[in-house]
This record gives sequence, structure tokens and C-alpha cells, in this order.
Amino acid sequence: MPKRTDLKKVLLIGSGPILIGQAAEFDFSGSQACRSLREEGIKVVLVNSNPATIMTDPDMADAVYIEPLEAEIVAKIIEKERPDGIIAGLGGQTGLNITIKLAEMGVLDKYNVELLGTSLQAIRDSEDRDLFKKKMESIGEKVPRSKAVNSLEEAEAMIGELGLPLIIRPAYTLGGAGGGIAHTREELIEITTRGLERSMIHQVLIEESVIGWKEFEYEVMRDRNDTCIVICNMENLDPMGVHTGESIVVTPSQTLSDTDHQRLRSTSIKIIRSLGIEGGCNIQFAERDGEVRIVEVNPRVSRSSALASKATGYPIARVTAKIAIGMALDEITNDITRQTPASFEPTIDYTVVKIPRWPFDKFVTADKHLTTAMKSTGEVMAIGRTIEEALMKALRSLDVDMFFGYREWSDDEIMDILRHPTHERLFVIYQALRNGMGTDEVSGITGIDRFFIRKIQNIIGMEDSIKDGLEVSNLREAKRMGFSDELIARLCRKTREEINDMRRDAGIVTTYKMVDTCAAEFAAATPYYYSTYEEQCEDIPTGNKKVLIIGSGPIRIGQGIEFDYCTVHAVTALRELGIETHIINNNPETVSTDYDTSDKLFFEPLGLEDVMNVIEKERPYGVMVQFGGQTSVNLAIPLKKELERRTDLDTIIIGTDPDDMDIAEDRERFNSMMDELGISQPDGGCATDYAGAFRKAQNIGYPVLVRPSYVLGGRAMEIVYDDKDLKRYLTEAVRVSKEHPVLVDDFLDNAVEIDVDAICDGKDVLIGAIMEHIEEAGIHSGDSACVIPPQSLNPEILSKVRDYVKKIALSLHVIGILNIQMAAKNGEVYVLEANPRSSRTIPFVSKATGLPLAKIAAKVMAGHTLAELGITGEPVMAHVSVKEVLLPFDKLPGADPLLGPEMKSTGEVMGIDYDFGRAFFKAQWSAGNQLPLTGTVFMSIRDEDKPLILGVAGKLQDAGMHLIGTRGTAKFLAGNGIKIDVIYKVSEGTPNVVDLVHEKKVNLIINTPTSKEAVKDGFQIRRTAVDFSVPYITTIQAAIAAADAISGMKNGNVTVKSIVEYHEGR
Amino acid sequence: MKAVLGLEDGTFFKGRGIGAEGTAGGELVFTTQYTGYEEALTDPSYRGQILMFTYPLIGNYGVRGETFQSDHMQAEGLVVREACDHPSHHNSQRSIYEFLEDEGKSGIMGIDTRMLTIKMREHGAMKAALLVGDDNGEEAVRLARKQPDIGSLDLIGKVTCKHPYQLKGHENGGNIVVMDFGVKRNILKSLNGRGLNVTVVPAATPAGEIMDYEPDALLLSNGPGDPQQAVNGISVVKELAGELPVSGICLGHQIISLALGAETYKMKFGHRGANQPVKDMKKGIVHITSQNHGYAVHPDSIDEKEIIITQLNANDRTVEGIEHRSLDISSVQFHPEANPGPLDTEKMFFDMVAGKTGKIIT
Repeated sequence: MPKRTDLKKVLLIGSGPILIGQAAEFDFSGSQACRSLREEGIKVVLVNSNPATIMTDPDMADAVYIEPLEAEIVAKIIEKERPDGIIAGLGGQTGLNITIKLAEMGVLDKYNVELLGTSLQAIRDSEDRDLFKKKMESIGEKVPRSKAVNSLEEAEAMIGELGLPLIIRPAYTLGGAGGGIAHTREELIEITTRGLERSMIHQVLIEESVIGWKEFEYEVMRDRNDTCIVICNMENLDPMGVHTGESIVVTPSQTLSDTDHQRLRSTSIKIIRSLGIEGGCNIQFAERDGEVRIVEVNPRVSRSSALASKATGYPIARVTAKIAIGMALDEITNDITRQTPASFEPTIDYTVVKIPRWPFDKFVTADKHLTTAMKSTGEVMAIGRTIEEALMKALRSLDVDMFFGYREWSDDEIMDILRHPTHERLFVIYQALRNGMGTDEVSGITGIDRFFIRKIQNIIGMEDSIKDGLEVSNLREAKRMGFSDELIARLCRKTREEINDMRRDAGIVTTYKMVDTCAAEFAAATPYYYSTYEEQCEDIPTGNKKVLIIGSGPIRIGQGIEFDYCTVHAVTALRELGIETHIINNNPETVSTDYDTSDKLFFEPLGLEDVMNVIEKERPYGVMVQFGGQTSVNLAIPLKKELERRTDLDTIIIGTDPDDMDIAEDRERFNSMMDELGISQPDGGCATDYAGAFRKAQNIGYPVLVRPSYVLGGRAMEIVYDDKDLKRYLTEAVRVSKEHPVLVDDFLDNAVEIDVDAICDGKDVLIGAIMEHIEEAGIHSGDSACVIPPQSLNPEILSKVRDYVKKIALSLHVIGILNIQMAAKNGEVYVLEANPRSSRTIPFVSKATGLPLAKIAAKVMAGHTLAELGITGEPVMAHVSVKEVLLPFDKLPGADPLLGPEMKSTGEVMGIDYDFGRAFFKAQWSAGNQLPLTGTVFMSIRDEDKPLILGVAGKLQDAGMHLIGTRGTAKFLAGNGIKIDVIYKVSEGTPNVVDLVHEKKVNLIINTPTSKEAVKDGFQIRRTAVDFSVPYITTIQAAIAAADAISGMKNGNVTVKSIVEYHEGR
Repeated sequence: MKAVLGLEDGTFFKGRGIGAEGTAGGELVFTTQYTGYEEALTDPSYRGQILMFTYPLIGNYGVRGETFQSDHMQAEGLVVREACDHPSHHNSQRSIYEFLEDEGKSGIMGIDTRMLTIKMREHGAMKAALLVGDDNGEEAVRLARKQPDIGSLDLIGKVTCKHPYQLKGHENGGNIVVMDFGVKRNILKSLNGRGLNVTVVPAATPAGEIMDYEPDALLLSNGPGDPQQAVNGISVVKELAGELPVSGICLGHQIISLALGAETYKMKFGHRGANQPVKDMKKGIVHITSQNHGYAVHPDSIDEKEIIITQLNANDRTVEGIEHRSLDISSVQFHPEANPGPLDTEKMFFDMVAGKTGKIIT
């Protein structure tokens, strides 16, 4: 059946901000779908609240709306755009949930919008636990015995029926949020309460435990001709009980026989047919010795389908979009071979290993156990010809200081982690094997198939062989097993350079193999490569001028999708200039690793060796390190040194010289540059011993900002308020010594923090935007909401900011992009840090101003001047853009939901409107923090903020809201003529604010904590707010903004306009 | 153990030997299936061929024997990137190493199998020889070049049953005769599982003897080599066409086509795997099928006045199924009995196999 001619315009819903459980995969699938639909001549309207996505680039769709992903907003967009159809299954769970709401609200019927692809009934049959169970039973398939319940009483009754442990799964949530495994009645009550709260339909499923069974996933597609194909299957290393997003996953399955596999495959097809899904879907199975249970069906593209697409080369989202507009699988071309249709099953001749990336380095107090709820922020994928090779490459791709043997555990700890997995499990298994535990025993305790345990044993065997003596033969075998030069060097106590030279002398060089969907049966047209050590290399370099761009690896806190966005933009810009552009990256969720983003894609770890191997093969003219975040910046100096060492290579690092980048990273060099330029910085210095730290702190005056000098990205950074606090920091958090000095800086309390993104071509400096932070200085800039243009900075401050940016850019000899963080206080501007690389605010600035900064930077780095590019000056606009961040506290039980100098957010949203109040309101709304327009506000305000809270309270009172506060706050406000009721502090008894939140009698919490001590007292309030989804504010600046937003909304409604309409002033 | 694989183009590849020491020769072919190595290695259609798996890890779940397609390993040798020495599966009885040794067959591992696949994609299937226990490359090449053309061999004679045998079905089940050109066990299981009484006869059985069993239907099985070699099969179909429902699978399909006047040809490197898309020309649906063939029916040689092409390969538009317009004759190039591979067409084919009048008891 050919594509339908009655469809002219289609609405696509994105998935919103990056959260735990929903990462960049939907930007990948959404942007692929946009291209897929537009190449069929269909107009695409797109809505997403996340500015850091490629799909929200103005040229990706015919109209792009960066608006809150709320049914009522999408309804307005439908009213305005009048699409013929809507595709639900491409925006993850968010897109699915909104589509259901739109249908239920009658919006789709009213405007005659057809739901394309998977039907509403199919969505309900797979998402509603009870309907799903009935459906599976009707086709004779088994699901774990279970019951959907809507109350605690019903949940408790299940203990008698199914016994403990029990699995609790909330209906319609992301990444299993709010679910868990209950081993006791108390746990059941706790998890069920949370789960009911979290579920869109206040329903959880209480399920028989299949913990310890093996878990398999099948990615299936179906078209309206009833053609069904399985794109690939996946085997989870971790057994049931660990969410598939938390599990190490291998593709294809390894331990299923053909009979087992065909049975699951046939069942998958039976399921997709019975549900009537048109497009892609994901089916999860539990299996034990031939017994099978169907765990779950996701009637949409998913994290797993993104992985399946990257693992096989088959573009699931692209094909799903075409199926939605009526095309049959055999009418769609396989874009990889360009000679066969999409109606086939990919087959691969390598193995793929995915490992999740967890944020536990950022959340020391969070529970690190892997459970049925997701905690990871991202993932890496690696391809190899053996499990060992793919596993070793995946481990390196994680970019963490963890490797086999990186630390030791006691016997008790080993047994505990084998039984109750944490993110360290793989390394613990390694040690257990090293300690002499048998593979069968490890397998028995962990539930991980001994096939995989055996592979770790093989790695140990290879390590021992190298320790016994390195020769060409075992060196070759080690390389084929995925060992890095560095690891081999460590094992035989040589240097990385020695190993590197030895293997190249022996002719052991990397070969690149192609990912082609068909195991080489057909010639492929798409250059997507992975490295291995075989005989034939399929990558044939062209004679063109080439540039290699280093990607940013897995999504993690501090290095999110923003850097993938920059990478993609840099590639696009260079390709526009006619330069052959290559990407090296390892994140399967992203657009940068889509097969048609670059001229060549190398799916590889981002180690020095891996990058050098590509350079050695391709001999590019240059490498760009500015776009991939800290991962690629950290490579700059080592890469420069290695390129100098390798006299046979002419490749250079393009853009700002790594030495100049180093000045910005090196505190002393940077300080002296600032002194020369006459630019102020906060007082501070370096302490190399305990007493010195106290002297420094006392000289500067508390509060001070302290951090170890050798750690980047705000890790272990804290604000300390007095000697006692500093003593605690120096004993518990870090050790100070000559080798590991501690930086002590004046903390500019109540200062306004400013972020600037700029581009310099060596002569001219373009200021992209000046951003004013809404949170005060001291909150990590990545966690702070910010606004363009600045709302409270006077012209003198702004001109000082511009002047400093220009001076710093030119002094650092920046060629390319630069981000500077500053703080303004009492009319003075202080420079906090300068980063000569792309920042996480680049996408936000680009969307706010319409100026594609990363593209401009890439062109400047390629040798063009700003003048040549016709970029004239800082953009001016009539609209206000607010960026707000998403915090993962609801996904991480035990973590303190308080902001500080260490970054904790996972993603961002943007609100645009014509005044600050409404833009802020939209941003908060998109961040899931919808500010109430009526109801009760609780306030507990520290003394120094009290003068400022008066205006906030006044505005809230005028907006008709009921105020309650703790004694001190209430007394102060009442004394100033505000009507406010007093309520107990948590420590004073009941009823207190926590009780009121439980009773749903509080709609907004404003709690600004005093010092480190009170911060801990406030923990319970903040945690309760998170658990019950009540918006909460912890800074006075945010409180002021919220009051503006609430009163702004009382006086007018939000604007709904496409991004181009804002930019063009329409 | 030393090992080397030599090809007729003069290249050779050293690897590690597995299984029995010795030499093996034949046509080197590749299959792209991940699972089902037990089924493939025991499939008589692989007789005369050295089988290479494109998937690099083979033997992961061990060898059980329950899904063997014949009593023994039929492929002449095995080529893999890595054979698993520590399989893991609740049904596993032995490793693939032990299986090869027990069968007295040789294999080689550790070589760049993807490179060999590309070579075959570009140059076609090649004559090859495998030495295990020795790594003399020149010798392997010399042996490879000495291999006869696969089309010149009477492979059917080596794999067909010596004597007829019967599988009792349901008391009310119909009778079907299967001509054994190297039949896969699962074809018989699929028939017998439908209550049919199955009589398996040697490939050389004349039409008259077949009719003595009073069959309700006749099925021509799969098998190795060139269909032109199946001289008796071709004449049986010619004689019995119209007498009773006739169907065929793989080689059986090619034999039927030859009997109906069509021509067959040797493909460049064939179709072997579990992911071949076949389009049903009547319904428009595409099925994923299991395949293993190096010969195909020439579409231009089919008399479309008499015969309908019912199924086409969606990748390369080769003929995957035919049906006679007036007589009860139909056949498919793919393997509906699967094992290895997808079962998507099992019901469609075997429910119809006894013809319009046949009795199937399920």
C-alpha cells in the first residue's frame, strides 16, 4: 500500500527534558522521524519543551514549538496548525500520555486529527496492566500472575495471594519510576504509596516475582499489510529484578538455542498482531529453563529501539514514521544497503554490549542498588567480534575511573554485592573470580548466566598471560579481546607508548568493520564503522580534506545532550563547507551517532588510543575537541602530545590551542592573566595543608567555597560557613596535601551569577547571549535557571561583562567557542571561570536568539572569520527565554534534593514568552513544577532573605493565595502587614508542613535553608515535596521569579507560537 | 591445533583447528543465522559444502541433539570466528568441540570470517579445503582447486535413505509420501504432527512404487546440490502431475519446476540464513523465512500461462514459490519447517500440503 495522499501535515510530540528513564533516545528517534516524513513530502509540526534537542532546530520541521508538553498547550497548537494526523509512538511515554489525554479531551475528534500508526486501543491494551494481562491470556501467553490495584488495602491483600517478594509497577510511568521490589510488608506499603502517587491513573500492578529469571527483549515492527519483522533481540546480563535500562545488555541473545529464540520470536509476532500495533514495539520476556513469561510491551519507539537501531543499523524510527503514513515495509528502502527493502530482518556479524552510566558519583547518599526502577542517566554501546572485546570497549567508553581491579572489596562486601547488585557489580564479579570463586558459583549467586561469567574469566586469563610475559602472540590476542594499550602497559609495567610502538611495529593495527544490517551479504552504502583486530579493514580513506570531531560519550550529569547537540551542529556546519567530517562517539541514544549525520561514523570509546587509531587510519587534516564537553577537552593536551610524538602524522588540533585551553584550566596561569587584564576575581587561593586552609578561609572571611584542585566539574565542591564546617569538610570529604591542594575561594553570597557564550575568530568576538542566573551564585551554573535577556543587570554591569568577555577571548587566543561565568555584586563584576569550549547553554542560547552558535564556531575553526560569515553582532529580541533544569531526586531515593555547587540536574527545558513572568511560568511548567495559581503557599525563610520575601508574599497575597509559615517567617511577615497563618516546624510537632503535604493541603513550598546544619533539617520537607510532587523553591531569587510568574499568569495567558515566529517577531 | 583454510583463488587463512584432525573439501558457503548451528550442521542440504557462520560466536548453548535434522553432521567442515568451549544451556549435552570430534569432522576458528563473506559476495561461492593439524597454505589451496564442481556430484545419492520407512500418524490422517533427497527431520515432524501418515522413500523410487502406497499427496524434500542431478525426481513429477497433490520444498521446488519445464541456475553465492524476506504475491504480506539454497528457478523460464509465481524474494526478486494454475502442484524455495529459523510460514505451508482433499488432523 503506497503512502496516503490525504495526509499533508502531521504533528509530532517530543519527549521533553532528559530525565532518568528518558534520555536522548527520543531526540534521535524524533529527528529521524521528521526527516523521514519530510522526504515523503509531508509537513511536520513539532512540539517539545527541551531546547537541547536537534529535533527542535527550526529547520528540522515546518513549524517547531518549544512549549510545555501539556495536553492543553498541545491542543492550542492543534487548533492553530490544524494537522491531519498525529503520531503518538515517537515521543516516548510523554508523547503517548499526551496523545491519550488529547483523545480523551476530545481534541483529536474536534479538529479531525487522525491518530496515525499505533491506535489508542493498542496503547491502552499494552499500557493498562489489567487490559494487557487479559489480552495476553486471550492469545494463550503467560504473564507473571498479578493484579492491578488502586489502594493500599488491595495491595496488602496480595501478600496472602502471591507471597513475598512482590514487584510493584506503577501504570503509565517512565523507566519504572515509583516501582520497586518489596521483600516485607513495610516495603510493600512504602513502595505502593509512592507508586500510586506517581501513576497517571493512580494504579499499580502487584506482581508475582520472577526475580532471578533471565530477561530478553525483542524489537518488533508491523505494517498495515500485517508484515511483521524482528529487528533484533537482546539479552540482559542482569536477571529479572534489575530494570532493563539498568542492566548490561548484549545483542543478539547469546544463550538461547534456536528453538528458544524462535519460540520468543513467534510469540513476539503473535503479540504485535494481537495488539494491532503499526510501527515499532518492544517486548520483554522473562525466561527460566524454557519457562516463559511476558513482562511488558512498549507500543512505541524506546530506549531499547534506539539501541537496536544503532546495534543493527536498522533505522526503526524512520521506518515507523513511514508506516504511520501508510507505507508497507517492502515499499520502504533499507537506507543502509539502498538496494534491499526494509521488510527483512537485520543480521549482524559482531556482538554489541550496552552498559548504563550511573550518577552515583554525584549522589553520595543515594541508594546505589540496581532495582526495577531506573537510576542511570545514560548508556554506552560498544561493538566487537567477541563478547570480551565488546565488553572491554564498553567499559572504557563509560569514561569513569573504574576498570577491572580498580579497587578491592572484602569477602562480605563481595557476597553482598553479588546478591544485591550495585553499579559496581561487574568489578566485584571480577574480584570474586580473582579470589578463586568458581564461575558456576558466581553465576548461581548473581543470576547472571555462566556464559558471561566465563567471559570475565577469559579476560582474567589474558591478564595473567600478559603478566607472565608479553610477546607479539599474546599481545595480538589481547588486542583482539579489546584490551587497551594502556591496560596492557599497566599489566606488564611498561608505558602506554612502549606498548603502542611495539604493537604497531608488529603490524597489529586496528581494522574497521562496517555495520551494514546484513552481515556483509549485500554491499552497504553507509559508512558506519567499529574497530576490531582482524585481517581486512573495510574503511577506505578518501583523498578529501577531512576533520574528525570527538563526541561526548554517555549522557551523564554535567555532560548531557547539549554536547551532542553541539557535535551535530559542528558536523553539519563543516559538511556545509564541503569538508568531509567524521564523528567518533559511543552513545547509542544520540543524533550524532545516527548513520547519516556524518560522512563517517566511528562507534568507539573516546580514549586517546581509540581517537589516535582513527587518525592513523584516516589521516584527517584536523581534530576538533571543543564540542564534546569535558571528555573531549580532557583529550586536548594528551592528543596534542601524542600527535607531536607521532612524527608520521600531520594532523593538528583545530581551533583554540590546547596550551591556551590549559591556561583556562590552570588556576595560577589563569589568575595571573586576569591580573594583567585588570579583571576582578573572588579572593582565594590554594591551601596545601590543614592549617593553611583555615588561614586562607579566615583571611577571606566565611562563607568560602572549597574544592579539591584536581577534580573537575564541581565534584566535592562545597560552601562552608565556619571553622567547624571547614573542619568537617577537610576530614570527611577531602584530604589536603601538597599533592592534592584544596582551593579556598570567597563565596560571593547574594551575588547574581552571569553566563556568557561567545565566539572568537582571533580578531572579533561575537557575544551570543548574556544569561542572568535566577539562582544566586554558589548554585552550580548547570543547575541554575537562567534568563535571556538579563532582567536585573544595569547597563554599566552589562558593558563591563561585554568588555571582559572580549578581553579574555582575545588573551586566550580563542579560535572557536568560549563560555565565561561571572558574578555581579555591588556594582562589581567578578570572573569565576572561563571555558574555551562549547558549554551546556549553547543550545538554549541558539534557540533563544536564533543564532546557531556551534555551527558558527565550527566554521570559524575551519578558518572563516565572523565578518566573512556575515555575523554582525549580539542579537536583540523582544521575547524572554527562560531555561529551567530537571532534577533527578524523584528517581533517587535517599538523595537530598538541595542545590549546591555540585551539579545535579539531568536535563533542561525552556519557556518563551513576551514577559519574564510568563516565560518563567512556562519553564517551571515544562519542568514538571507547575506553579499553582490558587491554594496554599508554605514559607520558611532564613533571616537574611526576609527583607526580599516581603515583596514575594505581597504578590502572592494579591494573587489570592493563602499563606502559611513557620513561626519566625510568619511573625516577620505579619509584622509587615501580610496575612499569614503559623504552622509548626517539623521538629516542633504536628501538624507540620510534612503532614500538610501528605494531606495535599500545600500547593507550593518556599524553603530557603540557613546553613549547612539547617540544610539537613530541611531535608525531610524537601524530600516529602519531591515524593508528593509539590513544587518547591529553595532560593529567594527563584521565589521572586515564581511570584512574578504567578501574578503574570493572573493577568494574562501564555502565548503559543512557533520558534520562528518568535525570532522573526511575528 | 594448527589449521588452515585454502581457497581456489589461491588465498589461504591460518586459524586454530577444532574437531578431528584431517582434511575436508567442498564448496565454501556462508549462512547469516545467529542460532541453529546444530540444525544447520546436520541438514543434509549442506552435504558437499564447508559451512561458515557469519555470526562470530558459535556453540554458545552447546549441542543437545534433539533438533538434529539428520543422524549426523552433514556439512563437510565448519568455519567460525569463535567456537564456544564452555557452553551454557540447561539442555546442553556437549560442546561444539566435542560434537565435531564425535562426528569425526574438522573445523577452523579465529579467522576473519567477515572478510571471507565479502570475498564470496564479490566472487561467488568458492571451492575450498580445510586442513586441521597442519597449516600448509599451499597444500590447502592445491586441495581446494582439486575439488570437483558441486553441480557434478551425486550428493543426493549420499544422503537419501536406503530403504523406505513410515511414520504412523492419526488413524484418520491422510497418507503422504515424501521423496527423500536429503530430507530435514522437521519436515517429517511438521507432517506427522498434523496427523498425516508419512512414508519416506529413497530418491530413486519410481512413480509406480510411490503410488503403491496409495498416497493422498506427494512431497519432494530439500536436498543438496544441483536439481538437474535428481533425474528420477523430475520424471516422477512429470508422471504424477495431476494424479495427486504434489508439493516441494527447496530442492523439491526446483525439481518440480524442472519437471514443469522451467530452468534452474546456480546462484552467485545463494541464500543461506534465517532472515530472507519473501513476499506473498496474492496477499501482499512479507514473511521472514529460513533458507539454504545455491540454485534457483529462472523466472523467465516459467510458463506463466500454466504456472503462477506465488512468492518472490523481496531482496533480489528471485522465485520463492510457484503454483500450477490447473493442477494441484505447488512448491516453495524457502524452508517452512524452519529449524533453524523462523516459523512464520510453517502453518501456511503445511496446512495446505496435503492438497485440497487431504486430511489433516491437528
